Amino acid sequence: MKIIISNSSPDPIYEQVTRQIKAQIINGELREGESLPSIRKLAQGLQISVITTKRAYEELEKEGFIDTVEGKGSFVAMQNKELLREKKMKIVEEKMVEAVEEARLLGITRAELEEMLALLYGEKD
Amino acid sequence: MDNAIEITGLRKEYKGFTLEDVTFAVPRGTIMGLIGPNGAGKTTIVKLIMNLIRRDAGEVRVFGRDNLRHEPEIKSRIGFVYDVPRFPEDLRLKTIASAVSAFYEGWDDSRFRDLLEEFRLSPRQVFKKLSHGLKMKFSLAIALAHGADLILMDEPTAGLDPVFRFELLTKLRALIQDERKTVLFSSHITSDLERVADYVTFIHQGRVVFSAAKDEILDTWGVIRAAGDGLRPEDIPGARGFRRTEHSLEVLTSDLAAARRSPLSGTVIDKASLEDIMFFIGKGNAHA
Repeated sequence: MKIIISNSSPDPIYEQVTRQIKAQIINGELREGESLPSIRKLAQGLQISVITTKRAYEELEKEGFIDTVEGKGSFVAMQNKELLREKKMKIVEEKMVEAVEEARLLGITRAELEEMLALLYGEKD
Repeated sequence: MDNAIEITGLRKEYKGFTLEDVTFAVPRGTIMGLIGPNGAGKTTIVKLIMNLIRRDAGEVRVFGRDNLRHEPEIKSRIGFVYDVPRFPEDLRLKTIASAVSAFYEGWDDSRFRDLLEEFRLSPRQVFKKLSHGLKMKFSLAIALAHGADLILMDEPTAGLDPVFRFELLTKLRALIQDERKTVLFSSHITSDLERVADYVTFIHQGRVVFSAAKDEILDTWGVIRAAGDGLRPEDIPGARGFRRTEHSLEVLTSDLAAARRSPLSGTVIDKASLEDIMFFIGKGNAHA
């Protein structure tokens, strides 16, 4: 498991941890059933607080990315592909909501926004 | 998580200084830093936990038990490290250790030898010839070798160079890999606490300003800087202190999210470090 913590990032540390673990589960670097380090081991390794790693694992568990078995530790949850895709779709949707809100604030019309999207889509393809 | 230490309504009066209504708890399996300027009352709290001075009111429970009624039992499970380690000056380390070990049922001699080696100390060295840093390490080795469940330290990193301090802090982190172990240490070196503490309790003028998870504090406190004099401290949500200079106003807030949401034009908003918090609250002008 690869995690990098930035102290100058405006994001809370637990969010940095959950985001990176999630990404590794979604892209398959962490496989189903694979065991994760204990909250204490991870805290020591990253030189962060055990409270923070505990919170990160709790968030991941709540969102169904990992399972924690009392006395055995935490594991990457069994994922079905549909669910995973749904989760990724949800992330895309959230980001679009953000973009729409920002656009509204700036007075960008729907047509203009669609145009921007088309441009971006074309470029990245 | 249950608590290794629970302090409620603690009070100690001195001439010209009163520690008052101090209440906080240290959860087991964590490291807590007691932070505050010199003279804030940190050492008084540590001494009251150890019952080295008499409290005037309040309660201290260690491992769930009253620290006065169960003093011998509790102390046998505490590893106490003074800011200036005190041992008989002219004795060799191994002689001190064998004398000390008689008091502790849980003394582990092979662990002690391993720790000395790790700290690059020889059992044949004489205590008074050690540097301050090495005395500190020896003191910690004694505390760890008797299998203490609570390590209590008063300003352990004061006067140590960064390499020494880093080693010491790494040792504390390693210690709480065992979730039955707990560490409480006082320090005015905020970077040490930022590196290692799970919880921070901030003492100022004999009172607790806050006692909370370190990351929560670092995520919710901030400093807002504005140029010129267009802004007043009262305009900042959650303002807890400010500093005005010729060209700018700096305001400490305990509600960073609200400050970010509010329309403050021409300002820079940063997370606050423990040092910022100590500085703004310590210098007065505080709405604590």
